[in-house]
Amino acid sequence: MLRRALRLRLGQCLSGRGLGTYRGGSTLDCDGKVSKIKKKIQSIFPGRAWSPLYDTSHLPPERSDVVIVGGGVLGLSVAYWLKRLEKQQGAIQVLVVERDHTYARASTVLSVGGIRQQFSLPENVQLSLFSAEFLRNINEYLAVVDDPPLDLQFNPSGYLLLASEEGAAIMERNVKIQRPTHSSRQEGAKVCLMSPEQLQKKFPWINTEGVALASYGLENEGWFDPWCLLQGLRRKLQSMGVLFCQGEVTRFISSSSHMETASGEQVTLKRIHEVHVKMDHSQEFQPVECALVVNAAGAWSGQIAELAGIGTGPPGTMQGTKLPVEPRKRYVYLWHCPQGPGLEAPLVADPSGAYFRREGLGNNYLGSCSPTEEEEPDPGNLEVDYDFFQEKVWPRLAQRVPAFETLKVRSAWAGYYDYNTFDQNGVVGPHPLVINMYFATGFSGHGLQQAPAVGRAVAEMMLEGHFQTINLSPFLFGRFYFGEKAQEHCIL
Amino acid sequence: MAAPRASLRLVAPVWNRGTSGIRGLSKAVDPEGSQRKGRTLLQFLTDHFYDVEAVREYLLRKQVLKVQKKNRFRDREWMRANEQGLSSLEFRKLQEVPVEAVDASGCAINYQGLDNLLALKELQSLSLQRCPHVDDWCLGRLYHLADSLQELSLAGCPRISERGLACLHHLQNLRRLDISDLPAVSNPGLTQILVEEMLPHCEVLGADWAQGLKVGPEEQSPDAAGSPIPA
Repeated sequence: MLRRALRLRLGQCLSGRGLGTYRGGSTLDCDGKVSKIKKKIQSIFPGRAWSPLYDTSHLPPERSDVVIVGGGVLGLSVAYWLKRLEKQQGAIQVLVVERDHTYARASTVLSVGGIRQQFSLPENVQLSLFSAEFLRNINEYLAVVDDPPLDLQFNPSGYLLLASEEGAAIMERNVKIQRPTHSSRQEGAKVCLMSPEQLQKKFPWINTEGVALASYGLENEGWFDPWCLLQGLRRKLQSMGVLFCQGEVTRFISSSSHMETASGEQVTLKRIHEVHVKMDHSQEFQPVECALVVNAAGAWSGQIAELAGIGTGPPGTMQGTKLPVEPRKRYVYLWHCPQGPGLEAPLVADPSGAYFRREGLGNNYLGSCSPTEEEEPDPGNLEVDYDFFQEKVWPRLAQRVPAFETLKVRSAWAGYYDYNTFDQNGVVGPHPLVINMYFATGFSGHGLQQAPAVGRAVAEMMLEGHFQTINLSPFLFGRFYFGEKAQEHCIL
Repeated sequence: MAAPRASLRLVAPVWNRGTSGIRGLSKAVDPEGSQRKGRTLLQFLTDHFYDVEAVREYLLRKQVLKVQKKNRFRDREWMRANEQGLSSLEFRKLQEVPVEAVDASGCAINYQGLDNLLALKELQSLSLQRCPHVDDWCLGRLYHLADSLQELSLAGCPRISERGLACLHHLQNLRRLDISDLPAVSNPGLTQILVEEMLPHCEVLGADWAQGLKVGPEEQSPDAAGSPIPA
């Protein structure tokens, strides 16, 4: 009789989307469940080892409304805004799953920490502006009772982007987009354009040869300490009741249903029911039932998307469109130059792609260069290639700042960009077919500086169903299938 | 342009004294003011009871909002101390007069409040001494006054660090800069040197460059403690 009842239930589940009364665990694995129950009953009998109560404190909870895969700054920002925008306090249970509790390979903490509004897309400008306002008032947003205020170590020194003859027209167009216009009611960035003569006068240590135009961000631009932001968010989230779990997401259990669109097309919609979180150094895993999943896994978002079945389908269809985010390794070098630029040095970005900024008061500088497509290093490990500095970074820096001819590299590190190979801009919002997976990833090197605003946008999308403050429709997943690039030109 | 000189004296509103009464509720607003003994009981209660924690968080949020809402100025004439505030007749007389000097010492002006000062395009002297909410972000906005500002005083501001001082290089007309007694600056002597290099035409008052140096064990002769040579 038990078997007949179970088979009926199984039939009910697969019959379509009549899952309104769906309660309890997933019944899609009925035979497996029966054998589990049998094993449990057998172990109760005397003579067998039976430990009904064992320590599960290291495991995540059995169910959670939202599971955020990835505990970097984007994941934590989404969690923060979800808890902040929820209609009733404690209404939404959020679980953040992070594989690496030391954040040793996380892009957030390995980042140079810059924030700028000098982008070529108006959405990016708005995202950075809000994030700057968030960072400025961070002690109001992230205040926790009894804890000391956060000191982000923000340097308001600005970004100086240099352009050659070819790039000058694009730069002028970008600056027009960045500045506030009379028609739009939105705030704009405070950017000033400088000719080579003005540049030479303002920063005498620059060699202006080959520079046709420079754009200098005057306000809300600079760099800060990303670790402090991360810790501040973590602390605030813990006080808001968000659960943290150290584990790796290995599997999604989902159900599919066949639907027909208004135009008669057949689509298969998928819904994720469980997230399997595997513990470190063991085979133990916990299935977490969830309603919504957020993919904020940074450089590894592509793998998480594959686990959810995104991209497994005939190429050229929406089902076959993969998430085009892959890890790209970037180096950062720290050097000492006693005659280098002084306190006023902004983050200078050369037209050749090399950039540097001041670090501290002791004439130390951080900088690097993004490699071209052919020179891309292998992202398998985070080893630093010092030859890259010698051959590619140093000559360009020395050409731009003659004082850098004599410098001594102190140290270096490498980190990942969650690089969007399609258009180097972020992916936000739900997937059109896996309807309860939301993305907050793919920002290709400018994720940290846009994290607070992106977190708010994704939380609005999850709670309200549409973007309320900043409209990020150009960043939805659908553009990969339709081929509509939202190309960001100013990538460092 | 024979306009008479005028300057407005800005004073902090009265609520500043009120916050010290709400001590023990938020370290975020007043880090030094919380006393140890009274707080351990409150902290114990907060750790153990969700209700107490919720009430404290709510009050903290209200407290933090208060700082923003009540930052209004009360203008007073420089010479006359008027208890009721500025009478509207006098203020109307002075509306066309360009403001040359503002003394906002001790005033609880913040980032948004600075909008009012930055609109004064002919400001020559600005004093932000001991302003508790002026921080690096605010200094990043001072470039609006670059054409006219000649004298700036930031002495005693608890939130200003050397990172904010780096944005003062826009103020090329600055002749006097006072950066003494900045507790958040990590290395006052070195910062003084770097700021002097950054603003070559400006006289920078502040820490002595030898303040950061310690007398070594061998050099303990009496004349080593003599007056340091200014940079």
